[in-house]
Amino acid sequence: MNNRLEEYLIEKGLFITAISSIIIILLIITFIFIEGFPAIESYGVLNFVFGSTWAPLKGDFGVLTMIVGTLGITFLALAMAVPLSLLCAIFMAEIAPSSMRRILKPVIETLAGIPSVVYGFFGLIILVPFMREQFGGTGFSMLTASVILTVMILPTIISVTVDSLRSVPYEYKEASLALGSTQWQTIRNVIFPAALPGVITGIILGMGRAIGETLAVIMVAGNVTQFPTSVMDPVRALTSNIALEMGYATGIHYNALFGTAIVLFFMIMILLVAANYLHYKKKVVIGGGYL
Amino acid sequence: MLFRFISPKTSQKIMKTVFWASGILTIIILIIIIGYILLEGMKVINLEFLLSNPVDSGREGGIFPMIISSLYVTLISGLVAAPLGVGAAVYLTEYSREGHVIKLIRFGAETLASIPSIVFGLFGLSFFVVFLGLGWSVLSGGLVLALMALPTIFKVAEVSIDAVPESYREGSLALGSTKWQTVYRVVLPAAAPGITTGIILGMARSISEAAAILFAVGAAITVPISIFDPGRPLPLHLYIMATEGISLENAYGTAAVLVIIVLIITIVTNTLVERYQKKMMGR
Repeated sequence: MNNRLEEYLIEKGLFITAISSIIIILLIITFIFIEGFPAIESYGVLNFVFGSTWAPLKGDFGVLTMIVGTLGITFLALAMAVPLSLLCAIFMAEIAPSSMRRILKPVIETLAGIPSVVYGFFGLIILVPFMREQFGGTGFSMLTASVILTVMILPTIISVTVDSLRSVPYEYKEASLALGSTQWQTIRNVIFPAALPGVITGIILGMGRAIGETLAVIMVAGNVTQFPTSVMDPVRALTSNIALEMGYATGIHYNALFGTAIVLFFMIMILLVAANYLHYKKKVVIGGGYL
Repeated sequence: MLFRFISPKTSQKIMKTVFWASGILTIIILIIIIGYILLEGMKVINLEFLLSNPVDSGREGGIFPMIISSLYVTLISGLVAAPLGVGAAVYLTEYSREGHVIKLIRFGAETLASIPSIVFGLFGLSFFVVFLGLGWSVLSGGLVLALMALPTIFKVAEVSIDAVPESYREGSLALGSTKWQTVYRVVLPAAAPGITTGIILGMARSISEAAAILFAVGAAITVPISIFDPGRPLPLHLYIMATEGISLENAYGTAAVLVIIVLIITIVTNTLVERYQKKMMGR
C-alpha cells in the first residue's frame, strides 16, 4: 500500500515537471502581453506595427523600420548560409570519408557553441573595419550583420539537414546507384528530394535563430531606425531595439519595448507553426533540431 | 538545367570538388574566428588576469568577479533546470502514451527553445526582478538561464532515455521491481552519460548567454557573495567592454576565456557521447 502511494506521488511529481515548460510559456506570454499591451493599445495596433517613425521622446512608436531591418538581415543571411550549409551537409552525410566526418562534427558543434557575444565581438573588431575599407561608409551595415549571422546559423541548418539526409532509407540510394547513376545524380535526384521537408525545417530553424539574435547584431548593424536603401545602410533589428533602450526606458516607452517583443513573438510563432506543419504532415524527423 | 550539357562523369567530378570545398570552407571559418580570438586573447590571459579584480571599471586588472558570477548563474540554472528537464523526459518516455497532452508538452518545449533570448530578458526583468522581488541578482539571472537551458536538457535526456533497451526494463520488472524502482535503479543509470551530456549542453547555453540576463543580473563588477548579490557574468562583461570601448585587451582576454570554455565543453560532451554509444552498442 505504501509502495503504491509512493509510485502514485512520483508519477504526479513527474507530470508536474513535464508540464513545467507549458507553465513557463504561459507565464512569459502573460507578462510580456501585460507589459506590452498598454503601449500598443494607446498607440494603435496598426500604427505600432506599420508606423515608420520610432521617436520615444516624441511619443512615436512605429516599429516598421525594425521589422524591415530584421527581415532584411535575416534573408540576406539565409541567402548566404543556405547554399553553403546544404553543400556542407551533403558533404558530411554522403561524401566525406569518416576521417573528415570526425573533424567536421566537432567543428559544427563548436560553431554552434561559440557565444553570440564572441561572434559580435569578432564582427566588431575584424569585419566592421574590413567592410569600411572595402565598401566605404562606417562599416556598420545590414550586410555586415548578415555575414555574422550567416556563420551563426550555419550549424543549425547543417545539423538538421544532415539528420534528414541520413534518415533517407538506404535502399533508395542503392537502387539509384544500381541503375547506373553517378553519386551526384543520386544525391540530386533521389536523396535530396527525399530529404527536402527536413531541409526546409532546418532552414526555418536557422531563420528563427537569425530573427532572435540580439547582441551580435547590435554590435555590427549600426542600429539606425530608418528604412535601408541598400545593403550597405545601417539598420536596427527588433531585438536590438529592446536591448538598446530597455536600460533607460520609463513609462509608455518601457511598455513599447515589451510591445516590440510581442511583434517578435508573433514572427517566431509563425515560423514554429510552419516547422510543426512540416513535422507532422511530412513526418520530418528533426534530431536535435531546435530554433 | 546546366547539367544537361555536361556529361554525368564531369558533373560528378565538379560537384565532388564543390562539396569538398564547402566542407573545408566551414572548417576554415571556425579556425579564423577562434584562431584570431585565441591568438590575441592568450597575450592577456595569465593567472593574475583570471584571479584579480577589475581596476578602473575594467580598463585594467582581471576578470575574477566575472568568473564567479558566471559560475553562480550557470550552477543555479543547472540546479533548477536539470531536475525539471530530466523529470519531464522520464515522464514522457516511461509514464505516458502518445496523446494530446504529450504533443502539447513537446510543443511547449519547442516553443521555449525558440523564444529569442532578449524576450527571456524582458520576462526575467518583469517576473523575477520586479514581480517576485528578487532584484538584480545572480539568482534572477540564474533562474532566467534555467528557463533557456530547460528545453536542451529535456530533449537530450529524452533521446538518451529512449535509447535504453527495452530488455533492461523488462528484466527489472520481471524481478518484481516497481515502475519507479526500475526507472531509478536501471533506466536512469543506463542513460546517465546521455543525461549528463544534456545537462552540460544546457549549462553551456547558460554560460554563453548575455542578452537574456542583460536586465536581470545588474552588471556589478564586485564579487557576488550571496545569491541575492548582483554580478556580471563573462559574456555580459565582454559585451560591455566591447561596446563601450573600455578596454580592447581585456575584451580579447574575456572572449578567449569563453572560447576555451566552449572548446572544453565540446571535447567533454563528445567523449561522453562516444562512451555512451560504445556502451549501448557493445552489448
